[in-house]
Amino acid sequence: MVAQTMTLHFTVSPDFSPDYIPGWYIFNTWFQRHTGEAIHLEMYDHFSSQRAAIQEDKIDMIYANPFDAAMLVREKGFAPLVRAKDVADEAIIAVNINSPVEDVADLVPGVRVASTDDPDVRLMGMILLEPGDLDGNNIESVTVDNYILLAKHLLKGDADVGIFLAEAFDGLSTVIKRQLKILVRSQIGVVHHALMVGPALRERRDELQQLLVDMDQDEKGRGVLASLGYSAWQRVDDEEMEFMIDLMDTLNT
Amino acid sequence: MIEDMKAEDIVGEYKETILQLYGSIARVVLYTEIETPYPDGKLIVSTTSPEGIITHVNRSFVEMSGYSADELIGSPHSILRHPDMPSVAFKDLWDTLARGEKWQGYVKNLRKDGGYYWVKATVIPNIRNGRLVSYTSVRRKPSRSKVEECCKLYPTLF
Repeated sequence: MVAQTMTLHFTVSPDFSPDYIPGWYIFNTWFQRHTGEAIHLEMYDHFSSQRAAIQEDKIDMIYANPFDAAMLVREKGFAPLVRAKDVADEAIIAVNINSPVEDVADLVPGVRVASTDDPDVRLMGMILLEPGDLDGNNIESVTVDNYILLAKHLLKGDADVGIFLAEAFDGLSTVIKRQLKILVRSQIGVVHHALMVGPALRERRDELQQLLVDMDQDEKGRGVLASLGYSAWQRVDDEEMEFMIDLMDTLNT
Repeated sequence: MIEDMKAEDIVGEYKETILQLYGSIARVVLYTEIETPYPDGKLIVSTTSPEGIITHVNRSFVEMSGYSADELIGSPHSILRHPDMPSVAFKDLWDTLARGEKWQGYVKNLRKDGGYYWVKATVIPNIRNGRLVSYTSVRRKPSRSKVEECCKLYPTLF
């Protein structure tokens, strides 16, 4: 094996569930062992600080939010490796169970809309609010740190409407969910996070893709995947990534 | 290719007209007053060649248009053209795309069964290595107030 002298930097989109923090460290250990690369996992609390690191070329590998994919591919020379199999990002619009609102069309300008800084979920959520003639100019935005706080805002009446990552909403406790009402759930299906590599690892792309796609073939690999909440990885080719970037572009209009 | 609409596919009472489509195509169109509401939370996605021939559709497109994926792929996107849509709207679409810009507008689409559905459509040119390779169109649920505005405006544009 060739000795590695350079430490590479890996980061994960800050919108991952806190339950999976240990999982990403386990994954990084597995990945280093199978690639011979020295990789440091750096977690960022916010998208802004992570984007600053990307801009300064401090990141070599990232599990990226789809919203950032365009910047990573077009400005920073990143290429996609894989996505989690059968996992897509979807948004839910919810209100307090006691709210008289039954449909997005019942919402009125000036409504207080709570969301996290998760950019793709917020984008999808705003699209779900459009049938109510709502947009960034006529709502009052309330940004919270995580989806549990978002639910609490709705329960306490500190916000009228919440935009949730569907997976996070589904993971709320039954007690909390009983006090909320879903107005609409997106069924987009093609917006997803992706594991991507920057220029330092690009030459090894095919080999890394194969390694990851085969990860669910042995028990150890399956265990690591399970610690991330996934069953397997599936390959993402350039055209699939370009399609998702174009799609995000249309939604961002 | 694009075929004339057939009476046996139509649900409900219908009217008949001939639409002049892009590329000197004349199509017999049968249409009803039955609206299919846009489904909550879904996007209709399709890709066309630079010439406007459909190359990819998602499931929502199939469900809302009433055509099978096999019928849609290979057909011009104007298979959805409703006689209530003024041609000036589509001229604006193609002029905008020709400048390499995104187009957005509200469109009344024609279903295979003669009914219709309203969408808010965004079309973007897909540029790969500096070359236009296709267009992607994404449709989402429009607000009722925008649809009502279009119902008043579009008849004045003929």
